Amino acid sequence: MEWRFTEDRPIWQQLTEQLTVRILKGVYPSGSRLPTVRELAAQAGVNPNTMQRALVQLEADGLAVGSRTAGRTVTEDEAVIQAARRERARDAVALCLQILEELGYTKSDALAFVKEELRDE
Amino acid sequence: MNDLLVTCTALTKRYGRKTALAGVNLELGRGRIVGLLGPNGSGKTTLIKILCGLLQPSEGAVLVDGAPVGPYTKSIISYLPDRMYFADWMKATDLFDLFADFYSDFDRTRAMSMCASLGVTPSDRLKSMSKGTKEKVQLVLVMARKAQLYLLDEPIAGVDPAARDFILGTILTNYNESGTVLLSTHLISDIEKVLDEAVFLKDGAVTLHDTVDAIREREGKSVDALFREIFRAHDFEGGAF
Repeated sequence: MEWRFTEDRPIWQQLTEQLTVRILKGVYPSGSRLPTVRELAAQAGVNPNTMQRALVQLEADGLAVGSRTAGRTVTEDEAVIQAARRERARDAVALCLQILEELGYTKSDALAFVKEELRDE
Repeated sequence: MNDLLVTCTALTKRYGRKTALAGVNLELGRGRIVGLLGPNGSGKTTLIKILCGLLQPSEGAVLVDGAPVGPYTKSIISYLPDRMYFADWMKATDLFDLFADFYSDFDRTRAMSMCASLGVTPSDRLKSMSKGTKEKVQLVLVMARKAQLYLLDEPIAGVDPAARDFILGTILTNYNESGTVLLSTHLISDIEKVLDEAVFLKDGAVTLHDTVDAIREREGKSVDALFREIFRAHDFEGGAF
């Protein structure tokens, strides 16, 4: 999985999002130890301070559990992980709807269209 | 230890009738990577040369780690000039000997391992090296010191984009964590994500100094985009092209 950044938003926010996706995908499984700030920063090619800020946010979100000595681990609380998954899914659906509306679909048209597409699969 | 690593107060430098720096006020903390950004002729190199003591300011004051520029500040500053200043017949290993003599904080073992990861053969003579490889050797010399302030004047200008990522990686993984890196460039999009802070220099004055993330948050665009907007076509009379 590659690290990608867009122009329009702070880099640390994008890092937090991408770390979250990695946790949801199981790249960093529940309960496992996260790489150190320096390792992650080197992987993503970003400033260590920026990565640190992203990890602090990940802790605030409850996805990472920190301890000064042992480093950070991914939470073992399934409820937190599920909540983060729903949150991401909600964002994805909202974006999808927004694009469909721009194309001229009403909400109900969009729903019908999605159902149709799923049936074809 | 001083909280602020660099303090410039009303720093002015004139070359004859031409003003290169017009009252620069700048404070840099520790443990940061700071981009000194500005178009050609905005005063980047002049500012860096004053910080490392190669030029005297016409007016104003500079403190590095609380001390005026002198032997002490030189011992804690590692400087990468914008051009090569070594004799062609030397090998990289000769330069390592030289640096080990001059600077007590030069780490030869680290220099050798950086050479290995950058694909440089240290026993080659500089004469036989490409421009990009010579730049890598210079970078190794500078980053293998455990300095407090790294002044890098255009460290990525002469190398190809692949090597650029590698060089930025080298800077990221090798700078002393309590030290600060000040690097000048006009290739902003390449380095934006490694920077903590950006300093915009325009006509010899600081027009913006903020963290990269704060700039992105406030402006809704990258530092590179903001830079292009601020400095667009000003140098060309008649405007857009």
